[in-house]
Amino acid sequence: MAELIIPNRIYQPEFECMDRAERRALQLKRLKESIERASVLDFYKKKFKELGITADKINSLDDLRRLPITTKQDLRDYYPFGFFAVDRSKLVRIHASSGTTGKPTFVGYTKNDLDLWSTCCARFLVAGGLTPDQVTQIAFGYGLFTGGFGLHYGIEKVGAAIIPASSGNTQRQIMLLKDAKVDTVICTPSYALNIAEVIKAQGLKKGDLAWKFAHFGGEQWTEEMRLKIEDALGIYAFNNYGLSEIIGPGVSGECAARTGMHIQEDHFLVECLNPETLEPVAEGEEGELVITALSKEACPIIRYRTRDLSKLFWSEPCPCGRTTMRMSRVKGRTDDMMIIRGVNVFPSQVEEALMKVGGIAPHYLIELYRPGNLDQAVVKIEMLPETFSDKMDELQKLKNSIDREISAITGIHFDIQLVAPNSLERTGGKAKHVADYRGLKID
Amino acid sequence: MLIKQLSLFVENKPGSLYPICKVLKDNNISIRTLSLADTEQFGILRLLVKEWEKARDVLSEAGFIVKVTDVIALPVADRPGGLAELLEVVDKHNISVEYMYAFTFGHNQTAVMVFRFENPEETLKYFHAENIDAIEAFDLFK
Repeated sequence: MAELIIPNRIYQPEFECMDRAERRALQLKRLKESIERASVLDFYKKKFKELGITADKINSLDDLRRLPITTKQDLRDYYPFGFFAVDRSKLVRIHASSGTTGKPTFVGYTKNDLDLWSTCCARFLVAGGLTPDQVTQIAFGYGLFTGGFGLHYGIEKVGAAIIPASSGNTQRQIMLLKDAKVDTVICTPSYALNIAEVIKAQGLKKGDLAWKFAHFGGEQWTEEMRLKIEDALGIYAFNNYGLSEIIGPGVSGECAARTGMHIQEDHFLVECLNPETLEPVAEGEEGELVITALSKEACPIIRYRTRDLSKLFWSEPCPCGRTTMRMSRVKGRTDDMMIIRGVNVFPSQVEEALMKVGGIAPHYLIELYRPGNLDQAVVKIEMLPETFSDKMDELQKLKNSIDREISAITGIHFDIQLVAPNSLERTGGKAKHVADYRGLKID
Repeated sequence: MLIKQLSLFVENKPGSLYPICKVLKDNNISIRTLSLADTEQFGILRLLVKEWEKARDVLSEAGFIVKVTDVIALPVADRPGGLAELLEVVDKHNISVEYMYAFTFGHNQTAVMVFRFENPEETLKYFHAENIDAIEAFDLFK
């Protein structure tokens, strides 16, 4: 059995260590309530009617499979507030996540939703070493992205102090870390590697900082990265998972045994399905996570296709004492979404930007690198006769407007490279749009 | 008279120029002069050739992006102030030079300055009014 690497702490043992049969009963009760809440939405009203579903016809958790699937496209189709099930007066927060094209999708929260969200974050934070006497630093952007605020309120719930440093300015982050004797840092794993390098360059040693714990999320990372970060900084790094469509961070997180991320099962029903057939896969087999929010009021989402590939484990008990199901690291996606410096980007967004500039979309290839520790995004664009000019300043202007459009849509600056026609690879007539050289694939 | 110039998109990497010259060679097309404007990542190759239509067609067919632009070729006197005389006209009419390049040709090695202006026709008239006559394509490529 795996060892506990730090003292074992459990924020809500009454739920996290609940008897499984009891939890299932709670899940069923909440699933019915969730269906009731979802029934006021046009999308679900129609689907439920087609499938003959009402809350009182759901008699066991197996009936979950009869419920309709919800996709990102469905959320887009009902933009902006078609998935909001409460009156505006009940809303207290609205976040947004990037979509496959320019428009984001909104997610709303009631007062209870925010409390639920912070509780879920508090659970994984405590599991990963957070105590009320600590000072924490949040280096996630505060904004539409759920990472910053989600973790902020989770830490408040635990009662630790927060330095809301937000993202960027590594020098200042390190000054804060050092001078405020920060114990716990919230950021993306690649940013932690970046901090580690700058710290090293400044001649600081592990012992100069009080830093002990880090909670990582927002992007894909590997076990190799964990070893590298822990070794360089002398800290314990914990993984957590979540997505704004469901709630934000807090769906699951690692405990002191680090044998997968414990899913907050009393609030989220997580299925692992074959992405082709949508049939459940066996325990430990890879599949796509499909998540139902059980307790959310503002956006009661049912069976959301996350596009995230992972594995679920439930047979082997965890030495931490939690009885919840665990999930493995997210290995990849079933669609073409990229996560660049923590930001979700789709190739179709780049295509949309190119269309805006030139009127037609040329062949392009997105290349992703991680030369130091930060993502570098390049987009190679084949020159078109329509946009070519014999004047250099015109071509520079073209490059600048492509850069402007892409960053306006994705929020990411790409290195724009104009390349010769037909120089990008086409396989079977179909152009390949993404080449990821960051070495993040996990097997 | 205006001269037709071919402009080609090239990437700034080894092996970008040869395929272009190879196409011209295979079609027996001689380059009168060329100029290359480059950035770190890409460049624009500007060519003056006699059979510009044929060159445009064979290069386009070979997959290159070719643009035809009107430029003005002006003789430059080989003495101090030779170029200044030309630019004085440009300055007088407040015209912007998009780009320019020089070469020599013929038995007496006449120096020629090739200019790209936004309104070549109009600019040509200004030169004409100052008794500066552009070199004809016929002379340039004979």
